[in-house]
Amino acid sequence: MEIDPFIFRLSIFILSIFIGYYVVWSVTPSLHTPLMSVTNAISSVIIVGAIIAGLAGNSDNDFTTSNILGFLAISLAAVNIFGGFLVTQRMLQMYKKKKKDK
Amino acid sequence: MSANLSAIFYLISGILFILALRGLSSPETSRQGNFFGILGMTIAITVTFLSIGSFSSGLTYVLIFLLIGGLIGTFIAYKIPMTAMPELVAGFHSLVGLSAVLVAVSAFLNPEAFNLGSPRSIKLASLIEMSIGAAVGAITFSGSIIAFLKLQGIMSGSPITFRGQHLLNALLLISIVALTYLLCSTQSPNFFWTLLIVSFLIGFLLIIPIGGADMPVVISMLNSYSGWAAAGIGFTLENSALIITGALVGSSGAILSYIMCKGMNRSFFNVILGGFGASEQSSSSGDKEHRPVKSGNAEDAAFLMKNASSVIIVPGYGMAVAQAQHALREMVDTLKKNDIKVTYAIHPVAGRMPGHMNVLLAEANVPYDEVFELEEINNDFANADVAFVIGANDVTNPAAKSDPQSPIYGMPVLDVEKCKSVLFVKRSLSPGYAGIDNDLFYKENTLMLFADAKKMTEEITKNL
Repeated sequence: MEIDPFIFRLSIFILSIFIGYYVVWSVTPSLHTPLMSVTNAISSVIIVGAIIAGLAGNSDNDFTTSNILGFLAISLAAVNIFGGFLVTQRMLQMYKKKKKDK
Repeated sequence: MSANLSAIFYLISGILFILALRGLSSPETSRQGNFFGILGMTIAITVTFLSIGSFSSGLTYVLIFLLIGGLIGTFIAYKIPMTAMPELVAGFHSLVGLSAVLVAVSAFLNPEAFNLGSPRSIKLASLIEMSIGAAVGAITFSGSIIAFLKLQGIMSGSPITFRGQHLLNALLLISIVALTYLLCSTQSPNFFWTLLIVSFLIGFLLIIPIGGADMPVVISMLNSYSGWAAAGIGFTLENSALIITGALVGSSGAILSYIMCKGMNRSFFNVILGGFGASEQSSSSGDKEHRPVKSGNAEDAAFLMKNASSVIIVPGYGMAVAQAQHALREMVDTLKKNDIKVTYAIHPVAGRMPGHMNVLLAEANVPYDEVFELEEINNDFANADVAFVIGANDVTNPAAKSDPQSPIYGMPVLDVEKCKSVLFVKRSLSPGYAGIDNDLFYKENTLMLFADAKKMTEEITKNL
């Protein structure tokens, strides 16, 4: 009997939860705010779906509701991607060690 | 690009996202981690464009909207003050939620584009996944909006409760399951729209009863939800990058919620059911106000600190409100010049989001190796000369250890009272967010400094 591809996706999903569990526990508490902003940025990989929705099946300038919703979702996700990664970058730049000359 | 090849690239971006989180295990590797995250995102977006292949006029619009969003995001990222980070994160969560909803609706209206069948005969599994993604996305959206409004101060931070609240929420949750079932059996769009409306409503109702001090839990929880929404959409689109990321973000948010709840010694459900602190406020204010309190000025504080050999600083949300982190850092610099050892003690739930205080101190150029977590530093209070509490309250309350009647009994607290002397910067004697009096105010060795945190810190520096 063939295995439904859904089972493979489910396996990826469950294994990723375990990876997330162990990886996140090893994040140092002082970096919990950057952790939240970076998870925010990466969860916006949902833009992949938005791009597909935006480009689906139009051959001329005749956009369907589905396309327009896709465009909107692209903008929202892009705010998050750029905003999330850059603000994380900005925060991480601030974490410095004690200067040696002290 | 063939479907197999793009699947492999999506897997690679998933792995890069894992490395991005892994990088945060120490500040040294964190910047590299962020770079991995950006790389993963670039790969995912590029591969999506390449796999669609046929570029029609829609592409221009896609790029324009991408650019608009990107510019707004960049602008926000550079302009936002570090003290506003909780609001920013809540706002960003709402965007993830809303885009999940939009993608789900788009897929529902045009399932052919996503290989999910045709309208009115969408594959059953896809329909279920889509409903879950859309419902969780909608809850994340409206919940985050409320959290944002509360954090921004547009909406009152006090819990809003009414009779039958829990019953209503329970009924709405049950109706989500029922609506999903009806949607799957009839394929009627009406059930899909109703499902969305009910989900928006749940997000709203779920967050209004939760008070301001519980925001760290709420933000972490919504972080987790945004992940599960992304994963739901990932199953619909059969995209492994989305599934992996959704699972990572989902478990990350769940762990943070757990850490925050533990920091307050409360169960997750206790926080979610809300209403904490609403009943206590009235009862505690009456008789205890008459107890004697020693209050002092900046000179007294400066004198105490000058004669100390070690000082521990305990920052809290009040420091963020007063924007006192830079003034604090200047004070500490002066202390260090006098060869006084200074460290910082951070309680897990200090501030309005996980790690809030650490970011503010980092912004004020405090080296991260002078900043310690509760377990690391709690034994040092007994040997320290001065504890300087600035903007924190409940997290220092000894009642959590001694008074089983106290609502915060059992919560891990910083052992500030073990210090030789305690300086407590606070605007008034009013109780903290938990609505309870702090015994520390009335202790023999406590000196209250009634002033704005920033002004007081600046004055102390002048007197040092």
